Amino acid sequence: MVKVKRLVLDVLKPHQPNGLDFACTLAEKCLDCHFKFSVLEVDEQTETIILVVEGEDIRFDIISETINAMGATVHSIDEIEVIGSHATPES
Amino acid sequence: MSIVNQFLLLVRITRSQHIARRYFVVNGFDGALTMLGLLMGFYVSDSVSLPVIISVCLGAAIALGMSGMTSAYISEAAEKKLELRSLEEAMIADLRESAHGQAARLMPFLIAMINGLAPFAIALIIIFPLALAHWQPQLIAKPLETATFVAFLIIFLLGVFLGRITDSFWLWSGLRTLIVALITTLLIYSFSSI
Repeated sequence: MVKVKRLVLDVLKPHQPNGLDFACTLAEKCLDCHFKFSVLEVDEQTETIILVVEGEDIRFDIISETINAMGATVHSIDEIEVIGSHATPES
Repeated sequence: MSIVNQFLLLVRITRSQHIARRYFVVNGFDGALTMLGLLMGFYVSDSVSLPVIISVCLGAAIALGMSGMTSAYISEAAEKKLELRSLEEAMIADLRESAHGQAARLMPFLIAMINGLAPFAIALIIIFPLALAHWQPQLIAKPLETATFVAFLIIFLLGVFLGRITDSFWLWSGLRTLIVALITTLLIYSFSSI
């Protein structure tokens, strides 16, 4: 089984919701994850951010869905850390 | 995310709390001043029965409410649609299903409700002494004067509320709106005496 431990995402988002709301909403959806939000560039209506996600088993689909629901889009996945193990998930 | 949190997020991303507050004060002031004008008109005409005064004021209150609701909905829906389109162009994405899309559909409705209910509710409060005097005449001796006093009080309180928002001295802010109400009253008196 493969577990995603760390992701670095390049995200384009509107100014609203602001960084705090954005990060808190993500944290509410992915309770065991640690999020680091850094602004890279600010334009008239949008901002490019770098989102670092760390956790035991990151669900990218949930994170991506939440990002899209807030009007933002994932431009690229810049870094990935995964771990493979022999353990099978409990049924 | 709970429905309340989601709703608060939609309010924050559109900054609708500021728009709603502005509409509440502007249209609430409209409602209070219209009622004051009607009451002063009835006061100077001197021979209008209480049921007629109540009916006219209630009619004006409903009209103010409907006018506030529809005008705000039409203008806010158009504004929010335009903002969404502009943001979609900047993001190069379809945002109809995002929080911005939801906000563009929901917030005009909320703002319209506030814009319509503010003058309607304020007008009802001003009319209340008249209705009370109609049902229980022994309770209020001078209903028209009491309702006029309530109108002045509400106009003063709206000024105080504005003062608190702008962080200026509440009494001065309240007195300023009260002066506007007094000028309106004087104008009605002068026109009625022509």
